[in-house]
Amino acid sequence: MALVVLLPLLLGALAFALPSRRERPLLLLAGAVGHSAGVAWLWARPGRGLEGWLALDAPGKVILATVSALFLASAAYAQRYLRLRDDRENRIFVGGLLVLLSALSVVALAQHLGILWVAIEVTTLTTAPLIYFDRDARSLEASWKYLLVCSLGVALALLGTFFLALSSAGPGGPHSLVVGELVAAGPSLSRPWVRAAFVFLLVGYGTKMGLAPLHSWKPDAYGEAPGLLGAILSGGITSAAFLALARVLQVCGAAGEGAFARQALLAMGLLSMALAGIFIVGQRDYKRMLAYSSVEHMGILAVGLGVGGAAGAGAFFHALNNGLVKGVLFLAAGSIHRSYGTKQVDEVRGALRRLPLSGPLFLAGFFAVTGAPPFGPFFSELTILRGVFASGHALAGCLFLAFVAVIFVGMGAIVLGVVQGDPAGCPERPGQEDGWGNAAPALALLAASLALGLYLPPSLRDLFTAASATVGGPR
Amino acid sequence: MATFAQTVFILVVMIDFFVLASSRLKAAIAAVAAQGALLALLPLLLAPQELHVLHVLALSLGALLVKGIGIPFLLRWAMREASVSREVEPVVGYVPSLALGGLGVMLAFAFSATLPIPTPEKHPYLVATSLSTVWTGLLLVVSRQKAVSQVLGFLVLENGVFVFGLLLSDFMPWMVEAGVLLDLFAAVFVMGIVIFHIHRTFSSLDTGKLSALRD
Amino acid sequence: MTAHAALRALLQVALLVVLPPLLPGIVARVKARVAGRQGPPLLQLYFDLARLVRKGEVKSRTAGPVFHLGPVVGAAGALAAGLLVPGPGAPALLSFPGDLFLLTGLLAAGRFATVLAALDTGSAFEGMGAAREVTFASLAEPALFVCLLVLSRATGELSLSGVLGPALPAAWAQWAPALLLCAVALFVLALAENARIPVDDPTTHLELTMIHEVMVLDHSGPDFALVLYGAAVKLYVFGALLARLALGGTGRGILPGAVGLLAGLALFAGAVGLVESSMARLRLVRVPQLLVGAGVLSLFAFVLLVR
Repeated sequence: MALVVLLPLLLGALAFALPSRRERPLLLLAGAVGHSAGVAWLWARPGRGLEGWLALDAPGKVILATVSALFLASAAYAQRYLRLRDDRENRIFVGGLLVLLSALSVVALAQHLGILWVAIEVTTLTTAPLIYFDRDARSLEASWKYLLVCSLGVALALLGTFFLALSSAGPGGPHSLVVGELVAAGPSLSRPWVRAAFVFLLVGYGTKMGLAPLHSWKPDAYGEAPGLLGAILSGGITSAAFLALARVLQVCGAAGEGAFARQALLAMGLLSMALAGIFIVGQRDYKRMLAYSSVEHMGILAVGLGVGGAAGAGAFFHALNNGLVKGVLFLAAGSIHRSYGTKQVDEVRGALRRLPLSGPLFLAGFFAVTGAPPFGPFFSELTILRGVFASGHALAGCLFLAFVAVIFVGMGAIVLGVVQGDPAGCPERPGQEDGWGNAAPALALLAASLALGLYLPPSLRDLFTAASATVGGPR
Repeated sequence: MATFAQTVFILVVMIDFFVLASSRLKAAIAAVAAQGALLALLPLLLAPQELHVLHVLALSLGALLVKGIGIPFLLRWAMREASVSREVEPVVGYVPSLALGGLGVMLAFAFSATLPIPTPEKHPYLVATSLSTVWTGLLLVVSRQKAVSQVLGFLVLENGVFVFGLLLSDFMPWMVEAGVLLDLFAAVFVMGIVIFHIHRTFSSLDTGKLSALRD
Repeated sequence: MTAHAALRALLQVALLVVLPPLLPGIVARVKARVAGRQGPPLLQLYFDLARLVRKGEVKSRTAGPVFHLGPVVGAAGALAAGLLVPGPGAPALLSFPGDLFLLTGLLAAGRFATVLAALDTGSAFEGMGAAREVTFASLAEPALFVCLLVLSRATGELSLSGVLGPALPAAWAQWAPALLLCAVALFVLALAENARIPVDDPTTHLELTMIHEVMVLDHSGPDFALVLYGAAVKLYVFGALLARLALGGTGRGILPGAVGLLAGLALFAGAVGLVESSMARLRLVRVPQLLVGAGVLSLFAFVLLVR
């Protein structure tokens, strides 16, 4: 457990202390490898952790693995990326990323809602300066919006956490914020407070997750952040916020407010998918398009969580898939952006020919993320959809399908325009040729996603079911 | 003691109104500083007997230093640095935002009576004050254009959360400090730096100018 | 009626009639002292009134009889309202359940007559002043109503003498925060109703920024004396209201009551003077903000009472 929490923190401190910007990216790689090793160790032997504070359960396992895989790929990608951006000081960038990794691990491990909140707060604080990596007006605008919107969300989440703490303070209550104790004491919690807490926590962590209509920071932050940070934002931080919401839902369900909470999640999820569809069609910026795609997938996760049961298992599966595929897309899009120097769809054509590795990866990532077989997201979305229909939410299921179809068409039009055609006449930046240094990490993520689609080991399937069962809900 | 605490709560809400209505940033910053100083009194007034005296003193002193002195100082510095002195054109006018704020406060006071709290006799206005202040803060952040005003709104919101946290000091003493002080200090510090950079990049502190990114 | 009650009534009327012109004198003196000047004599307004009464009158050719009605009804309304507010000791000379409404009605009648008189001059200038007066009054009067409602609810009484009488100390003990809010709102309303800074500037000579003064520009001689006297009485009424409220329904005897009232009035005038010296007049577009603020405060006080 020290390996996943303390090692990145230590390396982060080292990154701040290290004078040379050439060696710093290696720290990133070391942190990522160490983290992955730690996660593998934890998967094999969960251990006891800090009693009542940090422990690894099924939902935590899924999110921790997602974060670790994504971070490993991003760290590998960063080796070439940061060498190309040698003109920039990367002390804050590398150090911040490592602290972020540590905070994300704490989110995945936290069993205490106070710790969970602190970790989410730390992720907000460390990400804001990272978005400002380019040091220009646009990235500044993006990081200001990100910081303001997310800090509001985080503050409201704290208030929600306080509400939950108060709900446990009645006669016979546990007087605690440890998830397990709250769930065990479920019926004795004060229900008006639990309901109010859920509303505030949904708004707070929903902002962090980027559920509509609280997603306003997302397109800006994803559009302006470097590609690898976009990958970690869309696959790591949002998944962490998803986990936080799942923990809250767990408590609400135990307190008897589950039905209300699930309704709210379902409604917000569908709204997110609808808004993502509206904004993706006609989008002129391919990185912002990815942001709206992220809004869509957060919506899918919320729907899965809201329906629960089999769909809940699908949601955890989808969190993993979404993380992997978003990594592919953002890393490939980052390479395309480096080469063309613009994010405008109108000025980018023929990525397949100019970038023989990243171009096809971007295309394949598009098919994967929109739920085309045989990639992992197809199967996870199918699982969620089956769960939705099986639990009698026929209307929600139909809307779900319609939104996915609209988004497929909208994204397809943009992505095909970017990858096809003749690159002659498009803007070009010298010295940004495609290479295995920036394509291999994305390729590895894509391969992982493909593997999950082709063969899902029964042990993993059981893990997702166990995660969904932890959160509770209808069978 | 209870009446004195009540008066403090009412004063906190009145400062909410004042900040909503004031266009001069200096006055608003001073008002928020006063609110922070008032909040520093609350732990002393409300602390349960069993809590350690040193702990209460530390909480109160911390709130005074951070909310009453430190952050207002940072904000004034940011204000000078960016040479803004008043909010020019809020998105929502002063009278409507005052009316909305008043509405929120009244709803908070009307409905908080129905929410069960463990020791209602000790904290008659606490929940209502907290919710009103949070609502005011949200309103300020959403309705103001200047970065300094938005940070001010965020501070007011934080103050509201802090007030609520005092309710928990009976049984979860560390939650109040660990949560609020860290959060507040960190958020504003980073915000201050960002503001500084906004100033340097745009030579203005108007977030209305932050509008290159839109759909 | 016992001799005691008769004495008290006599004292109330005497104070109401004689004292008001002193208050603007105190305000002016406080302002002057804060600014480091000597200032006019305390009794300046008495001298002015005496001089004006002896003067002749100049009247616009377009003005009709309504023109004279304004000053008369304004002063009479204020005086009648003053009879409802308990002076030294309670009850007031005139008191019945529901006289709260009469108080606001009398003040409104005075304003209505003043506005009519202003319109009667046929001058566009005075029309503008009248429009402003009515606009702000439409915000101030509801707030005043709510304030009185708060007082009534807190004490459980329906007449001013009851509200500001023996029931008040108990109400302060139980509802201190709400009454404090109410007092603050009432003070703001007093400033607005009496055309003081920061709403209006009684000493301004810039017609474009005036509200109350512009309405009475055309009055001269005895009419203008009545206008000034009526304004002073109105200030006295609000001052007495606030003084009684703040002092928690002072003592039973006449002497302590009178001393308390006088001290309260002096404090009120001093506070007005301090506000006037420390603040600038608000721009006209900001005035509604202040009045809405006062209204919100009073409503808030009401919510505190009924929740």
